[in-house]
Amino acid sequence: MTATDPTSTTADTVLEVEDLTVQFPTDEGLVQAVRGVSYQLRRGEVLGIVGESGSGKSVTSLAVMGLLPRSARVSGSVRFQGTELLGATDRELSRVRGQGISMVFQDPMTSLNPVYTVGDQITETILAHNDITKQAAHKRAVELLETVHIPNPQQRAKAYPHELSGGMRQRVVIAIAMANQPDVIIADEPTTALDVTVQAQILEALKTAQDETGAAMILITHDLGVIAGQADRVQVMYAGKIVESGTADEVFYEPRMPYTLGLLGSLPRLDVKTERLTPIGGSPPSVVNMPPGCPFSPRCPLAADICDAEEPPLEPGPDSQHLAACHFSYRVEGHEPRDLFRPASDDPIPAAVTEGEARE
Amino acid sequence: MTETSLAPQQTISRTPVLSARDIVKHFPVYGGGILRRKVGDVHAVCGVSFDLYPNETLGLVGESGCGKSTTARVVLNLHSATAGEVLFNGQDLNKLPGKEMRHLRRSLQIVFQDPYASLDPRVPVNEIVAEPLRIHGLYDNGGRERVRELLRTVGLRPEHGNRFPHEFSGGQRQRIGIARALALEPKVLVLDEPVSALDVSIQAGVLNLLKDLQAELGLSYLFVSHDLSVVRHVADRIAVMYLGKIVETAPAEELFNNPTHPYTQALISAIPVPDPRKERTRERIVITGDVPSPANPPSGCRFRTRCPKFAAELTDSQRKLCVDQVPDLLDRGQGHPSACHYAETAQLL
Repeated sequence: MTATDPTSTTADTVLEVEDLTVQFPTDEGLVQAVRGVSYQLRRGEVLGIVGESGSGKSVTSLAVMGLLPRSARVSGSVRFQGTELLGATDRELSRVRGQGISMVFQDPMTSLNPVYTVGDQITETILAHNDITKQAAHKRAVELLETVHIPNPQQRAKAYPHELSGGMRQRVVIAIAMANQPDVIIADEPTTALDVTVQAQILEALKTAQDETGAAMILITHDLGVIAGQADRVQVMYAGKIVESGTADEVFYEPRMPYTLGLLGSLPRLDVKTERLTPIGGSPPSVVNMPPGCPFSPRCPLAADICDAEEPPLEPGPDSQHLAACHFSYRVEGHEPRDLFRPASDDPIPAAVTEGEARE
Repeated sequence: MTETSLAPQQTISRTPVLSARDIVKHFPVYGGGILRRKVGDVHAVCGVSFDLYPNETLGLVGESGCGKSTTARVVLNLHSATAGEVLFNGQDLNKLPGKEMRHLRRSLQIVFQDPYASLDPRVPVNEIVAEPLRIHGLYDNGGRERVRELLRTVGLRPEHGNRFPHEFSGGQRQRIGIARALALEPKVLVLDEPVSALDVSIQAGVLNLLKDLQAELGLSYLFVSHDLSVVRHVADRIAVMYLGKIVETAPAEELFNNPTHPYTQALISAIPVPDPRKERTRERIVITGDVPSPANPPSGCRFRTRCPKFAAELTDSQRKLCVDQVPDLLDRGQGHPSACHYAETAQLL
């Protein structure tokens, strides 16, 4: 069902996710958080995953790391350098985590342990995967702190997380993530909790971490600006699926999926004065008991009968590797957001989020 | 320190609806131990002045801890100012007796950031919107119809008025908050990060609604936000705050085209734009370090500890001025006021 990349599974691919599905049983029904996601991550590239809250972008990466709660039902396949990670034992996963794939989380306060010094926490990560002395590991920890531009690394290594600012803490997390020269770094909203001036510093630290380790990076964020500056390739997620995938230029300049176009139109921009934004009407669908058809169709200006009947597959364009999941992607190409989305905020919005009645 | 040049473009002889004059807000810090003696003050807001004109949006931007929300709350008299005046129609809010203040609150309303926390989960939407009317004794006289009308105004269906907040999405809840703020026909609406908790596709709708309401009802907005992109979109004039002080203020376009304060410049250059080609070629002014503690702000210019200009361009004798003297918010020949001794315009976009 997925149009896989033709360059598929070359030696270049470090991480391969195929038809990944994650469901959570709840009292209200089955929450379909991720519904068949497939992608490949090539060595050294930065893959940006964008989506709004609830689109499944974080759950996808947690599934890759095997960090989902036991109640989650995960199926599909996640292969890291050819080794299947789904269903692997804890012991096997421990070998991959931190060394093969490492992670930078959103909130540096909760991802660090408050009762150990940051130096100890970096040292612990190094010792977990390397047979070296504690002193050597500590020395390496201080070097790592220096790499991520922490001033006075020698002293700061002795600090507890609460003694550091948010930006400093996130640098420590990045130092931990790069400690064992991983092949993949997953950064899940790494700058969302931070101020913009600090965000710029952290993005730079991530870039350094990537350059130093040569790792491929998955950058998950809701911020299209961050993605534009950092990512080589971009995937847009909506309601648990990838709905568009291509190079950064393709996705930003020639979107083929109405949702992507709508997102770009609803974004107030720093560099251009926009008189009026073009919002996407309605709300994202509930991922409990999803109806058949395209999940975006209740909000889509192009929706027709076929959209409610049949969910469009993620397919390449006629002459590109730029994938989109839309029956009418040819009608999106070359259009401005305002051509498709009416900039009318005065239309009443249906109150119940789940009622697919926004379309008139 | 009076900002005469703060008047908006085009408008000549209008009088401001709301003026802040040198407002200062300190929060006491108490030590540990049994006595809990006062050990210092957090200087949240230090001498902020601005005018808000009818039918105008003033954007107050800055990073967390810069005092923008505290300023908004002092303006509404939700915190009383340590010093300074807030004038509404010529009356100083801080000196008004409680009864008159309560009456004045009809004209000054607020929309909060978090639409999940600012609506009582156990009260149906009709009642949430009706509450201000009841408090001010206006409900009996056609209140029911007024609530329906308010819900329609903000783009919600009046039929859904008997539902509870949890049945609505984030964007819709924020609309409910706006309807509640509009119930008493205020003149000034303080919007404290009104769209920060919302996803972009939803945020756009709320921003458009705010614009329409302003045009229809002639409201004045004090728009507090950390997001310069959003502020550029909505504001007529912008004041940039850093560590309790306004560092630069200008009409929106002017601020983006000719920022003069190093902090404003750093802020503009740090914000990523959703345009890959532009992003790749953009030069970043990356400022180092973190915001100093407002309990113990640096002497002289508060930005000097992180200022790229202070660090790289100035000579030692020039730096002395930054260390010794607090820069006033003045027009130093760039066309708008800036609180930097060495203000210079830069083109960043």
